[in-house]
Amino acid sequence: MNAAPASATMQARASRPLDVEALRREFPVLSRQVNGRPLCYLDSAASSQRPQFVIDAISHYYETTHANVHRGVHTLSQEATDLFEGARETLRRFINARSTREVIFVRGTTEAINLVAQSYARPRLQPGNEILISWLEHHANIVPWQMVCEQTGAVLKVIPITRSGEVDFEAFESLLSERTRLLALSHVSNALGTIVPVERYIREARRRGIPVLLDGAQAAPHMPVDVQALDCDFYCFSGHKMCGPTGIGVLYGRESLLAAMPPWQGGGDMILAVSFKGTIYNELPYKFEAGTPHIAGAIGLGAAVDYLESIGLERIAAAEQDLLDYATQRLATIPGLTLVGTAPAKAAVVSFTVDGMHPHDLGTILDHEGVAIRTGHHCAMPVMEFFGLPATARASFAFYNTRAEVDRLVDALQVAREMLG
Amino acid sequence: MDLKDLYRDVIVDHNRHPRNFRPMPDADRHAEGFNPLCGDRLTVYVKLDGERITDVSFQGSGCAISVASASLLTESVKGRTVPEAERLFTNMHELLTRDDAVADPVALGKLAALSGVREFPARVKCASLCWHTLDAALHREAAPVSTE
Repeated sequence: MNAAPASATMQARASRPLDVEALRREFPVLSRQVNGRPLCYLDSAASSQRPQFVIDAISHYYETTHANVHRGVHTLSQEATDLFEGARETLRRFINARSTREVIFVRGTTEAINLVAQSYARPRLQPGNEILISWLEHHANIVPWQMVCEQTGAVLKVIPITRSGEVDFEAFESLLSERTRLLALSHVSNALGTIVPVERYIREARRRGIPVLLDGAQAAPHMPVDVQALDCDFYCFSGHKMCGPTGIGVLYGRESLLAAMPPWQGGGDMILAVSFKGTIYNELPYKFEAGTPHIAGAIGLGAAVDYLESIGLERIAAAEQDLLDYATQRLATIPGLTLVGTAPAKAAVVSFTVDGMHPHDLGTILDHEGVAIRTGHHCAMPVMEFFGLPATARASFAFYNTRAEVDRLVDALQVAREMLG
Repeated sequence: MDLKDLYRDVIVDHNRHPRNFRPMPDADRHAEGFNPLCGDRLTVYVKLDGERITDVSFQGSGCAISVASASLLTESVKGRTVPEAERLFTNMHELLTRDDAVADPVALGKLAALSGVREFPARVKCASLCWHTLDAALHREAAPVSTE
C-alpha cells in the first residue's frame, strides 16, 4: 500500500520544464505573511519547508493506519510495518545503497555521526590513533569525535581550509598517516556552501584502508547522491533539510562495517531474544534501531524523496545554481558587503557580512521585511574563527525560491543600510 | 511592531559611538560575557571606591542592541553604589522581559530607550548580556557569563 499516491501533477512533472510558481503553491507555508509581507524564506540550509504531499503522507498515516511496527499480527501493525519498510526501500534507492540492511533510521545527521563515533570508532580506537576532520565541519561532525577522543585517548586532526573556503587537499595528504583511523568530512559546508570534492579524498583514504564518513546533511537535498559511486563507508543525512519531517534521518553504512559494530542503544526492536542469561541482537538494520521508531517520520521522509525525485535532483541542482549565480551577482552591488566562502563549486548558500552592521541586526531588520535568513555562527564556530568573524548572515536557497526573492533580499539589505548605516 | 521602536535614535547613536568603550588596565573588577547565539562578546570593567562605582567601561563586539545597551549601562551606573546598580539591573530585567513592566522611566533615564526590545524576544539576550556581565564583575564570578 502507498502512504499517499503520487499525484498526477507529480507524475507529469518530469517531462515538463520546471514551473517554480506551480511548485510554490504546493508548499502551504510559502503563502503566509510575515510582518505584513509575503514570506521570503531563505533559510532552507537550516531547515527546508515541506510540500502538502509530505504533510498529507504523515496525516494519512496517522488518520488511517498507525500502529506499532514489527510487532503485531493485526492489520494495522502489518500495514504500518509495510509503510515503514517501504520508506526504507525508497531511501535505499535514493542513495543507491546495496541493501536496506545498510539504511538505518536515526533522528538525524547528528545522531548518525554519534552512532558511528560510539559504535564504530570507540571500540577500535587506541591512544595516539587519529581521526581526521576538516575545518569546515558543522559542530555535529566535530563534537562527537572530540568526545570519542576523550574516551579513548585518540587525537583529532583538522585539515585546514583556504581563504575561499575550500578544504586544502595537499594539507589533507600530509595529515594522513599510519595513525589515521577515520576520515569524517562534510560533503557540502553548511556555513559557506562549499561543495567538497569528496571523491578525491575518499579515493586517497580508501587506498590506505582508512574508512570515510560523509556528513551529507547539506548535500542530500540538493544533488544526486550515490553511496556506491562515492565509495564511502558511512553517509549521514537529515529529513528536515530535504522537505521531510524533523526528527528523522538516515545513517548509511557499508554492511560489512555495520555487521561488525556493537549495538548503540539497547531496547525493544533491536533484539531477537532476551533472557537474563544474555540477549541475542537483531539483524541489520534493526540492531541499531532500539525502541519504537519515528514511523510517521520515516514515511514522511519517504514521501519527501518521492517528491524530490518527481522534480529530479539534477533539475533541483540546476535551479539552485541559477539562484546562487544571481544572488552572488546582485549582492556584489551592495557597498560594504563581503561574501564569505567563494569556492568555485558551491551549493546555493551565500554567507556574508556588511561593514558596520552586525549580522544579528541584519537578521532582525530583514525579518521585518518578511525575509527569513540565518545569522550567527551556523553551528560552525571554527569556520567563523578561521575568517576572524563572530558571525555572518546567511541566505540559503531551495528550488522553491525565485529570483524575485533574491531581489527582495537585496532590497531588504538596503533598508538595513538606511536604518543602521 | 515598528522597527523604529527597536532601533531608536539613541540606540543607533550609542552603537555608532559607544561611550566608555575602552580597556581599563587598573580595573578592580572585570568579567567577560558571551552570547553564543549571535557571537556577541564583551568585557565589562569596574573601578570601585568602597561601595561606589567610580568608573566603568567595556570592550568587545556585538550587535547594535548589545553595544548600545552596554554603552548606556556605563553611563547609567557610573557614580552609583553597587546596590543602586543592582536595583537598576532588576529594573532593566523587568523592562526587557515583562509586558506589564512597571519600571520607573525616571529612574531608568536613557535606559528606557531599550524598552522596544521586549517586542523582539530573540533580542532580549543582546540587551541583557552587559547587565549579567556587570553583575558577574561585581560579584567576582570567575567563569565567563553566558546568556545560554
